[in-house]
Amino acid sequence: MSIDTTSHDQGFKGWLTSESPESRFHAQMVQLYAGWQSLVANRLAFLGFMIIVLLVLVAIFAPLLATHDPSIQNLKTTLLPPFTGGHILGTDDSGRDIWSRIIYGSRITLFIVALVAFTAPVFGLLVGTVSGYLGGWVDTVLMRITDIFLAFPRLVLALAFVSALGAGIENAILAISLTAWPPYARIARAETLTIRNSDYIAAIQLQGAGRLRIILGHIWPMCMSSLIVRVTLDMAGIILTAAGLGFLGLGAQPPSPEWGAMISSGRQFIHDHWWIATMPGLAIFIVSLGFNLLGDGLRDILDPKKAQS
Amino acid sequence: MSKALLEVEDLWVRFASKKRVVEAVRGISFSVGRERVGIVGESGSGKSMTGRSILRLIRHPGQVEAKKIHFDGQDLQALSEKEMRDVRGHKISLVMQDPKFSLNPVMKVGDQISEAYRVHTNASKTEAKERSIEMLNAVQIRNPERVYDSYPHEVSGGMGQRIMIAMMLIPEPDLLIADEPTSALDVTVQRRVLQIMDKLVQERGMGLIFISHDLNLVASFCDRVIIMYGGRIVETCRADELQNAKHPYTRGLLNALPDIHKPKDQLSVLERDPKWIEDPSVDAFL
Amino acid sequence: MPSSNNTMLKQEPIALDIQHLNVYFGEGHEKFRAVKDVSISVAAGGSYGLVGESGSGKSTVLRAVSGLVPSWDGTVAVNGEPISKKREMSYCRTIQMVFQDPYASLHPRHSIDRTLSEPLRLHKFDNIDDRVNQALVDVGLGRSFRFRYPHQLSGGQRQRVAIARALMLEPDILLLDEPTSALDVSVQAEILNLLSDIRKTRQLTYILVTHDLAVVAHMCDEIAVMSHGEIVEVMDVETMRDSKPQHEYTRELLEASEGYQPEA
Repeated sequence: MSIDTTSHDQGFKGWLTSESPESRFHAQMVQLYAGWQSLVANRLAFLGFMIIVLLVLVAIFAPLLATHDPSIQNLKTTLLPPFTGGHILGTDDSGRDIWSRIIYGSRITLFIVALVAFTAPVFGLLVGTVSGYLGGWVDTVLMRITDIFLAFPRLVLALAFVSALGAGIENAILAISLTAWPPYARIARAETLTIRNSDYIAAIQLQGAGRLRIILGHIWPMCMSSLIVRVTLDMAGIILTAAGLGFLGLGAQPPSPEWGAMISSGRQFIHDHWWIATMPGLAIFIVSLGFNLLGDGLRDILDPKKAQS
Repeated sequence: MSKALLEVEDLWVRFASKKRVVEAVRGISFSVGRERVGIVGESGSGKSMTGRSILRLIRHPGQVEAKKIHFDGQDLQALSEKEMRDVRGHKISLVMQDPKFSLNPVMKVGDQISEAYRVHTNASKTEAKERSIEMLNAVQIRNPERVYDSYPHEVSGGMGQRIMIAMMLIPEPDLLIADEPTSALDVTVQRRVLQIMDKLVQERGMGLIFISHDLNLVASFCDRVIIMYGGRIVETCRADELQNAKHPYTRGLLNALPDIHKPKDQLSVLERDPKWIEDPSVDAFL
Repeated sequence: MPSSNNTMLKQEPIALDIQHLNVYFGEGHEKFRAVKDVSISVAAGGSYGLVGESGSGKSTVLRAVSGLVPSWDGTVAVNGEPISKKREMSYCRTIQMVFQDPYASLHPRHSIDRTLSEPLRLHKFDNIDDRVNQALVDVGLGRSFRFRYPHQLSGGQRQRVAIARALMLEPDILLLDEPTSALDVSVQAEILNLLSDIRKTRQLTYILVTHDLAVVAHMCDEIAVMSHGEIVEVMDVETMRDSKPQHEYTRELLEASEGYQPEA
């Protein structure tokens, strides 16, 4: 009803909140800014977001933040409690600085998270949308395969893969990805089944678009929000699985400062030297919490029903 | 005409969000006797909110404020939530547009109708069932015994709407608020449902608030019409005089309708005047 | 055809000829014939109305013709050529459709720009920028709408975008599936005016499906009334205006559209 007069006269902010963007790029920036604003408005989600930004920064600037070399052993300074001899979080049984190990360990954690986040959901999305959109025997075959993967407890399946492929961080990631995709396929398929009957899909069909174009260009964007939420919430579980594999000695191998492996090695000293296992445990806890908070907030922010109003 | 059954004075419905307050209904006053009152308006005019606010069915963050909401001499605003529950259904019923959200999906249709009857009348089970089947018959449901024993998902949308209407009418409320009750129905059924409501008004002296966007229907069915725009009442008149309405908005709506018998090349388009929103609300008392 | 003033129309070539169309839903025991032996023919440049209540199969006819529902038999000929069930790319440039609910027919995550330019890219049109801008001007929206998203538009504006999208490929025939039933009366008038203008300037053929007799009387020259999957009556618009339909069901519809009549 009202005539839009707000653009242009407020500088950059006005440009970012413009009601009538002038180019494709401008439109994307406006969308992005609106998303950013709702993220900032949601305090807990923003806290989660900041934790993850912090994790990324720590991983990037690890050499600057670390006070010691994470893998140099010093048998003179073993098992020092926190805040002694220049070791903020103490040292472990080999005399390595726990603070520095956790700092460098964030790189491994980030590596795991990034690789899993860019493989499992994409694969699951592909399987789910193809299955849901094409239907018929394709659907039957793809979904039964998904069922088979879903039938095993995740950690057990990951263990089986790792023991078949050999212990190591890369194989751990591969195993986690292989076990993580089926739920995403399920979600994507369920969403696709409702989306494929909508009028906007009918409209693009009438305009002669092929199946691949419809799946990638029209169905994927609609599945994205629920998938992003699910992936973010799952990240905590993935970090824990990676830590669990590390703990069992099947993930990252010593002396690499993977958090799960650190807890594992600290376990035998837990009664007398609690900090060795507790500090990496805290790190896992904080990062998992960050992902969970962000995921919860994203669910509110990305909900398309809410976005309508 | 008989005295007012429902009196509403200075009713406001506001939805507050972090950024701004949206006023859905903005200070309207009206009364309803034992008659058929139509509330007409376009989407966003606040007509549905008006109906819901009377029954205190506005969800958070919506807020209702009024100088007076009196029903049959009783101050509805002073009632507790528990007392309000007794008013809803028993004395004032609401039929909504979409039956899908109004029927309990895990309860048999018949049980829902007889429960509606028994809650307010202490009738026996068999008596309630008899009445329910009678009512289903009245809303033109073929094979009411079978429908009585089916679940909401087993009936079609149009039938669901008729079941809703049967359920709302069976406790014989004093006031029925019907929000677009017939827009999803086939013409024959629509006529039948209107006839039932008509009969209840004529014979039992029920009051009816008929909320609709369909000017022709309201003009021919109701006694009085209230026209809402932007949360306010812009005009009120006798239904049979709607064709002679004076307010430019009402005129614009009437002119925008295509007419079967009077062909024209172009339909006239409603030019909205921002003044309509600012103008004070018209009182629509009996 | 029952009426005599069709002779004028008959000189025009037939744009759409549907003969003995049956449409089926479901399979095996559940198989259900939603459209039964429907035959209509629409002259080029004509405007044909299909009227009926929900579940009468009127929208299904459109969906079968457009190719969205594949399970049909009978013959459908467009501009004299029978069409097969497998649609060619060129068919998209002959027939397009406007859907009922503008809130559901635009992709919520695509900008108007993408919605309008995608068909052009699919069919390798040139001057895409100009065409999109022009299309927005043609439906009365203007260029400033180009990079907005559907949720920023009102129902009427969305329906204008949907009409622009259907016109992007410059079709000859437009299938209109209750294009105004989700809109307010005042917006309906704007959209119907727009559709009339477009038909005049582009010499399009319309098939309009609606339950609103006043809308069909305003828009169409010839009207078929459908009930339970069958056509019960075909008449021209004059017959309807004079309230002289033959079939009882049509009379009933007509009466109901006049408003409420108390029980006799």
